[in-house]
Parts: sequence; C-alpha cells; structure tokens
Amino acid sequence: MKKSSKVTRFNVWGYIFLIPFFVVFFIFQMIPLVKTIYYSFFERYEDGLIVVGPRFVGLENYATLFSNGDLPKYFANTMIMWVLGFVPQIIVSLLLAAWFSNPSLRLKGQRFFKTVIYLPNLIMASAFAMLFFAMFSDSGPINAMLMQMGILSTPYKYFTHTLSTRLIVALMNFLMWFGNTTILLLSGMLGISTDLFEAAEIDGATGTQIFFKITMPLLKPIFVYVLITSLIGGLQMFDVPQILTNGEGFPDRTSMTLIMYLNKHLFSKNYGMAGALSVILLIITGILSFAVFRMTAKDEVD
Amino acid sequence: MSERKQKTGGIKVRRAICYIVLILISAFCLFWFYILFINATRSNDELGRGFTLVPSTHLVENFNNVFHSSIPVVRGMINSLIVATLTAVLSVYFSTMTAYAIHAYRFKGRKAIFTFILAIMMIPSQVTALGFINLMRDMHLTNSFIPLIIPSIAAPVTFFFMKQYMDSNLPGSLLEAARMDGAGEFMTFNRICLPLMGPAISVQLIFTFVSSWNNYFMPALILDDANKRTLPIQIAMFRSADWLKFDMGQVYAMIAFAIFPVIIVYLILSKNIVGGVTAGGVKE
Amino acid sequence: MRKRTKQILALGVAAAMAFSMAACGSKTADTSDSGAKTDTEKKDDSSSTEEGKVLNIRVWNDEFMTRVVEQYPGYEKTSDTEGKIGDVTVKWSVEPNDDNNYQNKLDAALKAQDSAAADDKVDIFLVEADYALKYVNADANVAMKLSDLGISSSDLSSQYKYTQQVVSDENGDLRGSTWQICPAGLIYNRAIAKEVIGSDDPADVQAAVKDWDSYYALGKKMKEAGYLVQATPYDTYRVYSNNVSNPWVTDGKVTVDPSIKDWAEKAKAEVDDGECSQDTLWGTNEWNAGFYPATDTANIGKGVFCYFGPAWFFNFSMKGDDEKSIAAQGGWGFTAGPQGHFWGGTWICAAVGSDNPTLDADLIKTMTADKDVMTKIATTYSEAVNNSDVIKELAGSDSGNMKILGGQNPYAEFDAAASKINLSSLGIYDQGCNEEFQNAMKEYFAGNKSYDEALDIFGTAIHEKYPSVELAK
Repeated sequence: MKKSSKVTRFNVWGYIFLIPFFVVFFIFQMIPLVKTIYYSFFERYEDGLIVVGPRFVGLENYATLFSNGDLPKYFANTMIMWVLGFVPQIIVSLLLAAWFSNPSLRLKGQRFFKTVIYLPNLIMASAFAMLFFAMFSDSGPINAMLMQMGILSTPYKYFTHTLSTRLIVALMNFLMWFGNTTILLLSGMLGISTDLFEAAEIDGATGTQIFFKITMPLLKPIFVYVLITSLIGGLQMFDVPQILTNGEGFPDRTSMTLIMYLNKHLFSKNYGMAGALSVILLIITGILSFAVFRMTAKDEVD
Repeated sequence: MSERKQKTGGIKVRRAICYIVLILISAFCLFWFYILFINATRSNDELGRGFTLVPSTHLVENFNNVFHSSIPVVRGMINSLIVATLTAVLSVYFSTMTAYAIHAYRFKGRKAIFTFILAIMMIPSQVTALGFINLMRDMHLTNSFIPLIIPSIAAPVTFFFMKQYMDSNLPGSLLEAARMDGAGEFMTFNRICLPLMGPAISVQLIFTFVSSWNNYFMPALILDDANKRTLPIQIAMFRSADWLKFDMGQVYAMIAFAIFPVIIVYLILSKNIVGGVTAGGVKE
Repeated sequence: MRKRTKQILALGVAAAMAFSMAACGSKTADTSDSGAKTDTEKKDDSSSTEEGKVLNIRVWNDEFMTRVVEQYPGYEKTSDTEGKIGDVTVKWSVEPNDDNNYQNKLDAALKAQDSAAADDKVDIFLVEADYALKYVNADANVAMKLSDLGISSSDLSSQYKYTQQVVSDENGDLRGSTWQICPAGLIYNRAIAKEVIGSDDPADVQAAVKDWDSYYALGKKMKEAGYLVQATPYDTYRVYSNNVSNPWVTDGKVTVDPSIKDWAEKAKAEVDDGECSQDTLWGTNEWNAGFYPATDTANIGKGVFCYFGPAWFFNFSMKGDDEKSIAAQGGWGFTAGPQGHFWGGTWICAAVGSDNPTLDADLIKTMTADKDVMTKIATTYSEAVNNSDVIKELAGSDSGNMKILGGQNPYAEFDAAASKINLSSLGIYDQGCNEEFQNAMKEYFAGNKSYDEALDIFGTAIHEKYPSVELAK
C-alpha cells in the first residue's frame, strides 16, 4: 500500500472502526475480569439471606483450593475425560481425513459423509446430554436393547460406575468433535502439494510411508492447533457432564469438571472461592493460549 | 500387466473397507437421533416395555404434553431465536468492522492491537463469569437479553476468521479505488467490503447463531424469569425436575423439540457449514 | 428423597381419579360455591383500592397452582402460567426445587424486592418445612406476619399445631400458613401382607412393623418369601430423619444425629442382604417397579412390600391413573409403621414489600382457613387438609374411603399422626443436609466407600453448598 499523505489521513478511521470492539470488550470482559480477580482475595458468601463479608483474606481462598485436594481431583477428572474422548477423536479424524484426501481412493459421497459426521457438532450440548442420560438410564433404550439381545440379564447402572460415566462423557465429546477435527485436518492435507506425493510415489514409497514421512510432518502445525484448542475446550468442559449428572458429577464426583466446580461456587454465591478458581483457570488457559498464539499469530500481520 | 491389475484390485478392496467404515461411522452418528425420533413417538407406557425400531403413534400427544407443561418451551424457543439472531447479526457485523480496521488501515499500534485481540481470544467466558454476573446485577441487567447479546460484539474468534478471509479476498486496491471515487470510509465498508465478505459472513452468521443457540452456562446465570429463559436452560430444568421422569415420552419430545429444528436448518445449509469450517483458515 | 415435597402436580392426574370418589363430596362442593360468591364480591371491593395489578407467585411445581386455579373463587385461567383474579393478573413462576435452585432464585428476587418495579415484586411465595425457618426468620423479615395481613390466630384455630410450628418466627409470630397436612405412614401391598404376615388387616400389619426390630425381622422373612421389604435404602430415610433429637447444624457445625447414622447402617445391612435394591427414590427402575405387579425385568423379586408416604403419595407416586398398577386395583393398605413421620407440605407466605397485601391475605385465608374450600380440596384431590374438623368428618364418613387402599379410610390415622408431630429440631440448612447426606451414602451402599469416607463426601458437599457450616470432626 502506498504511504501517501492522503491515505494516512484516512487511517484515523482504523481507530474509529475499533471503537465498538474495545468499548464492549472493556465493559463486558475487562471490568468483569478485574472484579473476578478482586473478589478472589475476599471472603464473601451468603448464609441464608444474610451476606457474609466481603472481608479481605489475601491468598486464603487459593490456599483452601489447593489444600483441600478438590482442585487437583477435578483437574484430573477433566483431563481424563478429555483424553478418553480426544484419543479416538484424533485417530478417527486422521484416518478419515487421509481417506478423503487420498486421490487414488476417489471416494464417492464425500459431501454426504462430511455432512453426517459434522452434524453432532451443531447439537445443543445440553439437549444431547439429556438424550444420553435418558438413553443410558436403568430402564432406557440401551439397556433394553442389550437385554433383548441377551447380552445383559439385568440393567447395567451406567451412572453408578466411574468408568462408564466417564466413557459416556468421552463418547459424547468424541461424537461432537471428531467431524470438526476431520474437516480441519482434511483442509490441512489438501493444502499439501500433490507434487510431493507424486515424487514419493515415483521413489517407490508405500502409502503408509508417505503418510508418516510426508503427510504427518507437514500437517504438524494444524495438528498442534487442533490439539491445543481441543485441550482448552476440554478444560472448559461443562454442559455435557453438568446435565448428564445433574450437576452432581456422580459417582463420588469422579465426573465433576473444573467448570462444574466453579458453577457450584457461583451458585451458592461464594464469590471468594469462585474468584480464586477463576483466576487459576485463567492462568492455566493463559499458558495454553500463549502456545496457540505463538503458532497462529506469528506471520499474521504483514 | 498383472501387477497393475493386482494394484487396482488392492485399491478396490481398500475402497470397500473405506466405505464400510464410513457407513458404520455415519450410522453411529445418526443412531442416537434415530432413537430420539422413535422414542419421541412412544408413550411412557410403551417406553417402559423395552426398545423397538418402529415408530409409534404418540408423537403429537407427547408434543402436546411438552407444550402444556409448566415450562413454557415455545416461549423458550422464541427467546432462543431472539438472542441467537441478534447475537449473530451484531457479532458478525462488528467483527467484520474490527477486522476491516486492522486490514484496511495503517495506523500506529495496529500490530499491537492485533496481537492483543488474538491474545484475549482464548480467555474462556467462564473465567470472567463471576465479575460479569456481578456487574450485570449492579447495572440491573439480569433477566435481560442485553448481557447475552451485546458482549458478542467483541468476538475475537469471528474477528480472526474475518481477518483471514480479507487477507485473501479483499485487495487493498479495491478499497483504494472506492476512495478515489470519493466514497466515505463508513460507506466504503458497508457498500464495498460487506458484499465482498458474503461467503465469510454467512458462515460466521451460522456458527455464531449455533453457538449462541446452544449456550447454557451464561444464560443460566443471568436469566431467572421463567418467561425469559432460553431452551438450554429449560432442558436443564427438565433434567432436574423429577416429576417429569414419570413421563419419558415427554422428555424425549422435549429433546427432539430442541434438536430437530437445528438439524433441519443444518441439512439445508450443510454445504456452507461444512465448507465454511475451513474457509477462512482455522475455526475455533 | 431429596425431593421431598413431590406432592407435586400429580394433581392433574389425581383430579382425574379423584372424580371417581368425589361424587359423594359434590354436596359439600355446592355449599362452598355459594360461600365463594361472597368472597368474590368482597374482593371486588378491595381491588378498587390502590394495589398492584400483577400478583407474582413463586412455586416449584403446579400443585398449589392447580388448587388455586380450580378452587379459588373468581380465578380465571388465561394460560398455563398466567391467570386473572378480578382485574389483577396472576403470574406463576415455576422453579425446580432441586439442589437449592428454588431458594437461590427466590433469594435473588427477594433481595431485589425493594428496587423491583411494582409489577415485578414477589407477592406470594411457597416454602417447605426443610427451609421455612430461613424465610420466616424475624431478622430476615421477608415473609409478612399474618397478623399484619389481618389474619388472626382464631381464623386458623382448626389447623394442626405442627403446621404452625414450621412457619413461626423466634418470637412466635406466624408468618405463613398451609392448606395441607402430610402425616405419613407405611403403605403396604395387601397381597404380600396376606401371604407373608397372614393378614392384610391394618392392625395385624401394624403389629408386624410396630418398631424397627420387628420391621427388619419382617425384612428377612420377606426376602425368604422372594420379596423386597422396601424398594430402596432411601425409603426409610425420612422416618429416621423426622425423629432426630438435634438439629443438623449447631453453631456452624454439622453433626449427624444418631438416628440418621442408624438409618445408614441399617439400610446398608439391608442392601448387603438383598432386602432392598440400590435404586433411588423417584428412580426409574426398582422403585417404580414396585407399584406394579412384578415382572421378570424389574429386578425386585416377586414385588415390594411397602413404601413410606403420606396421602399425596397415593395419588402422585403410585400411578393410580395407570390401570395396570396395584394402586388402580386398590391393592394397598395404610398403617402407622415403626415411627411417626411426615413428608412434605407446602406453606404459603406473603412477601414483605408485596404491592397486593389485600389479595395476598385473601388468598392465604381462602386456601388455608376456609372450611368449605378445604373440604373441597380434601375430596377433589383426596388430600389431608390442615383442618382438624374436616379431617375428623372425613374419618367418620364414607367419603374418606380410598379406592387405592382397597376402601380403607385412613383419615383417623392421619389425624392421630398429625397431632403427634413435633418439629423442634428444624433448621435452615435441612434441605441441603438431607439431600447431600443421602447422595453421599449412595457410595457407601454401593460398596465403593466406607461409612467414614462417604461422610467426608457429605462434608465437602455441605460446605460447598453452605460455606458457613462445616462437618464436625
């Protein structure tokens, strides 16, 4: 772009066009963020209809969070459920993306398959969770089906076992996200120059070799992007386990995520604890965001 | 010759495997929605008698029960529509404007601002929820749609998508030309930039709409009034209201009510949506 | 369990089945109609004074709504959640009770009461026994004194004492009122009683369950005969928790009463011995299955011997409207059981700051002190009403016979039980404590945790819910 003085005069509009964003950001995100951090240093909750505090307590809320062992537990729950969903998600997505992009396979009906696998991503997570709760309930269709097929003789109580509850959460996360991941990976794969594949084929490389030696390394940036955004999404896991377990995180809170825990404090209006927990979440996501930022923003501006 | 034949034979087998796996996975995706549909057509009594793949005749009755339960679901759907539509429109319009500011102008601090917006992209809304609710209470905005709609004007994700799209589809020379013709800056944005952003805008309208439509966490904390609640909150109420478990047919009908409209809209627009995930670089 | 006051709506359902027995009650219904007219006229006068145009009522189910809609003179229904009384619009706000949700939402609204626009002010809200003290507290001052509303104690002289204990503040002032009593007893399956005990007569059954030792001994006999004595471990919880000697919380410390601990141990023994399932109350499987003749899939052996519940339980929970249920065939009997208890009850309070005090007062008075309306409620919904005169009349008349109980008239039992209930150990944290304690014991019954470990889970949950209290170690 030319740097003529005429153009420079227009450039003040850059600031004007940024006003809505920053006004809204300041009011609805910045002030709340500051307030949240502020509250994290106070004791403030409600006892019946009486408000206790706010009283400055320094880092006491943080100390409580770390000392009572809840935080590591819910962090672990969140991560376990995320991994259980993410591993199959990435494997299936890689496989499907490789097939879709493989020119020698020439798969037909790709539009249809893509449409179908992307579908669960658009479903209201709360309604989806409610659906799964009904499906897997003691007298729900899954048990009924298994019993009719003679696999079970009595209903299996999915929600009284840690593993089955976590697997159901993971299954839902998998279903909701693998289509999205497939399409992202696919676009990455299609972006790889076909010359590379042809050259490799002429050199006599097998399909598997091509995949691991050429596709994977070139796919790394998008792969890491998927990994980290999914990880951040995983940390924010809420709707699915919240509705599925009615906020209880049963059994024995082994499906209680960090945000569900935050929600409990918000609900009982314990602002101090909710604030401290928010700040910790902010720090964790901050670290992860920094990684994403490093990767995606590097060459964005000129 | 024989080697080549073998190779095409191998391809055929592989292709067959691919199709089988794809069909199985698709069936797995659709399975849940099929059961949902079937069960929404069955009475509580029939649901208690085990599972079947054949729809029954109680669909209308179940829906009738949902509409006449103490949870005003039609109102909930209208509320959801209002919130999601306004959110989508405002968010997309202003995000495009923000992206345009960064894309079309060269001003001091531009890089820093761009970096800043990207940096705040990943702050989860849950983290600021406490202060947000508090502020909204102070501003007397609880039980109002404003806290759910207006904040979407500052949507870094949509901004990022728009910026990416502009980089490849909105050449500076075009804007320059408009300027030469004497069009005002605001006019240039509305008349030149927006139409050119058509595909990106429609994709982001859909995504923003869907994520607002599905949002549960924040509305649940902001909306108290029974007539202001959005669908996801009502779903959660169905989940915790035990008395409704006495009629599972009604529960399935409620879920269907929340899910199927989105599926239908999705199927109509699926080309845009699936293509759009990657249209402006990476989504999220 | 957690959701005690499930008296809940049922009543659409109950109304249908009650028609069958309300035939004999129609005579009284007529009289109440004429009484109703005078009431309406009175109200028309009052609406000319300067009062609000919107009456906001907060509830957690449509039980009270159904009664007002169908029984309050002059109420005109305009939609599922709105109606009109004279020129005042009535708005019902329904908020699920679970997990303190109703209270949280109500608290927020009451706190905003001063600044709310007149049409948004809470006028009437309902409370349950578990947390009534929180709202009728004199310092909190969110529920109006009935005396300030112009309702005198003589207006309420026929009410049962315990119903007034629940809504009295520290100074003994009444701040709420209810139309119902919920004395509960043991509801037994007559066919099973005949087979195992040898008789289905309430007196004979009572002899077999007169105290807990006899009850658990019967449990073993039931198991030998292929039955469950109760459907789930939680069925007996309320009986124990109503007979505690201390409140849950004293000076910020939560203590588990010996009676509650006893429940956990006895219930665990039953679970381990296979005398009951591990389902929860309101569960969809075993608990529910006991209301029907046993089937192979139900997992309850040949059937469930008994449930513990009050009058509303018959209609609402036992599926009386489903012709295949035991209730529809009149297969249940009612007796006092090992210990007295009550379950549920909904109290009506007028909110301080309400802009419709006259209408509030009239609504409370009409629904909880008007003998005609209460007789009608009793017969229409086969409900035990908070009026000893009406209950005594029903006890001595055939209109108190219940089809669900094979024609037995339980009203004498109700009267005796309601007069005996003493609620000296109520506290403001009871709902959360009762819910979370039972939630935590799930793990103990399942064998995943020891009692002490389960207790820790309870401690964590209760402190999260009420930051001001802690489990005493």
